[in-house]
Amino acid sequence: MARTAQTSRVTAPAPALAAQLARYAGLKDRLAGAGLPWLRDLREAAAQALAANGLPTPRTEAWRFTNLRPLHDLSFAEPVALVGSEAERAALALLPALGRWRAVLVDGRFRADLSELDGLPEGLAVQPLASALHAGAAGLDGLLGTLARPDQEPMAALNTALMEDGVIVRVAPGVKVAERLEVVSIASAPAERAIAFHPRLLVTLGADASLILVDTALGAGAAAYLNNPVAEVDLAPGASLDHVRVQDEGPAALHLATVYARVAERARYESFTLSLGARLARNEVHVTLAGADGDCSVHGAYLAHGQRHIDNTSIIRHAAPACRSRQVYKGVLKDQSHGVFQGKIEVDQIAQKTDGYQMNQAILLSPEAEVNSKPQLEIYADDVKCSHGATVGELDEAQLFYLRSRGVPAEEARAILVQAFFGDALEQVPDEGLREALSALIAGWWEREGGAG
Amino acid sequence: MLEIKGLKAKVEGKEILHGIDLAVPAGEVHAIMGPNGSGKSTLGYVLAGREGYEVTDGQALFKGRDILALEPEERAAAGLFLAFQYPVELPGVTNATFLKSALNAVRKARGEGELDAMQFLKRVRGIMKSLGMAEDMLKRGVNVGFSGGEKKRNEILQMAVLEPRLAVLDETDSGLDIDAMRIVADGVNALRGPGRAMLVITHYQRLLDYIVPDRVHVLMGGRIVRSGGPELARELEQKGYGSLPAAA
Ligand SMILES: Nc1ncnc2c1ncn2[C@@H]1O[C@H](COP(=O)(O)OP(=O)(O)OP(=O)(O)O)[C@@H](O)[C@H]1O
Ligand SMILES: [Mg+2]
Repeated sequence: MARTAQTSRVTAPAPALAAQLARYAGLKDRLAGAGLPWLRDLREAAAQALAANGLPTPRTEAWRFTNLRPLHDLSFAEPVALVGSEAERAALALLPALGRWRAVLVDGRFRADLSELDGLPEGLAVQPLASALHAGAAGLDGLLGTLARPDQEPMAALNTALMEDGVIVRVAPGVKVAERLEVVSIASAPAERAIAFHPRLLVTLGADASLILVDTALGAGAAAYLNNPVAEVDLAPGASLDHVRVQDEGPAALHLATVYARVAERARYESFTLSLGARLARNEVHVTLAGADGDCSVHGAYLAHGQRHIDNTSIIRHAAPACRSRQVYKGVLKDQSHGVFQGKIEVDQIAQKTDGYQMNQAILLSPEAEVNSKPQLEIYADDVKCSHGATVGELDEAQLFYLRSRGVPAEEARAILVQAFFGDALEQVPDEGLREALSALIAGWWEREGGAG
Repeated sequence: MLEIKGLKAKVEGKEILHGIDLAVPAGEVHAIMGPNGSGKSTLGYVLAGREGYEVTDGQALFKGRDILALEPEERAAAGLFLAFQYPVELPGVTNATFLKSALNAVRKARGEGELDAMQFLKRVRGIMKSLGMAEDMLKRGVNVGFSGGEKKRNEILQMAVLEPRLAVLDETDSGLDIDAMRIVADGVNALRGPGRAMLVITHYQRLLDYIVPDRVHVLMGGRIVRSGGPELARELEQKGYGSLPAAA
């Protein structure tokens, strides 16, 4: 029952790229940290890479199934700092507290007035990127930009060239943070013009430190905008990060997120991404298992309806022996929505005893919905265990009938089966409270959008 | 209570039921017996409204109303219950969620108030106890990893919770040990009453020792070829179906 997508051959109109480069040229002397030579070089190299490689088109292999035409078609403006806008407060008020502390960005800029960072424990530091850069960026050289690959990924190049602000999270060696930290990015989504912003999240955990980070992206309005975040996550030996991400952007949003994680020996990176929003979303995750006995899981669940498009792309590189990686994505697609899963496991020659697994499961609720699954294994070691699988289908007729024969109305029966489908994906989320919150978000989506499937 | 008239049905384009006439008055229990593949389960599915089971002719009146045009959930709300020959597994849906959703949906459709968690549990616990079911079954996925006998008991649990007016039990006795069969039969008998009727599909006389039917019908080749009293079941047990006229 798998369906294949048609890829249209459209050349990227150069104007979009030219406009982005012109923005860089106009802003580069004014961006936060413009006076720091290493940062100027970083931005300049990214802009040059972007100029050379261009923005992704359907002919870019890594973007075969995701057409960025809306990015080419829109012209973007700078976000204007609107201090104290009610829309963001309203959006925040609707968001259940998923952590003890919360750092808030509006249109990519840190907002102290909306953040709650009092009482951070010893060993946990949370800092806005722009102010750190203005203050001379102590300790950021050798951290910012060390994992992102603007030469490889055009969206990371765009972020690097234009980033202005973001959040820096540091956990000192040995510190196990007992409560959750939230980073919330809200787009004001003004109706007058499409804005674009490129926040950067830096997370570093010292040896044997641990943290649960909830990373949420929301839209406060229905207008189009681009959120192009990049996260760099660096985990020292024995460190453990649970990175739970919720993407609930506005209905016309472009959300193009790239995460780079480096996992040292015995460290553990577990990410779970719930994608509910955006007109077009790409969740791209690159993990390098850089030390022996590392562990990573890059999981996700996605729900889409209408014409929406959700792309989950993850590349796990096993660069050290005896590491374990898991990628499990589950999606439900309605109407004419489109899901993409590209999962790659790269196993270096040195990475013996690798254990890799990936699975993509999608339920199509309409004959016009489609999903593209592209699992890839690239293995240069000989003693490895890697497997992958994909299933695409409809809701099970016998299960639906069983529920309905007991009096459960068709709509509710579908909702129950969808919730059950996501249930075992959510099992991967380590924290019970978070699991329940994510489950409630899925149920809420279903109530809003799930009807008459 | 149930009146089936000239019912014909197709599955996958092939006619399986060739014209069934059957009436089960209120307060009665009727048994249906018949060889494998004769259409017994098909009849159950057609009555319950399963997709793909296409009615091409005839009627099924339930309390005087033709139910064949209703959605499966509407039939359940009206008081019809089918205990499945092969109960379906629902991984990720707990038995508690399943039973509660079913009960409250049916109560809502009947204009009764929904039960809260406490009321629901109280009711279900009592029934589970009488069926000899451990309470932790509520936390498990519906029928997931249940033994054959446990699945059948789970069907009876659902029936007892939903208190249908008309229950169709499709080989609920198959796979049950002797004690379990008695427990299930007690569950069924507890639901017998003037306002209810039952259609019990079985291959074995033994069940009918516990649930004594008012009438026994033999379904062969998609038709009722013979009907009689409880003694018909004993006769079939001795002589087999070969003694009956072959269905045309
Ligand atoms: N989905 C289907 N597709 C094709 N044929 C079917 C389908 N369902 C039932 N049939 C056929 O219809 C006939 C009647 O099947 P049914 O399950 O009703 O028999 P039964 O009397 O319940 O048998 P048993 O005693 O073995 O349970 C059989 O020949 C069966 O193969
Ligand atoms: Mg059968």
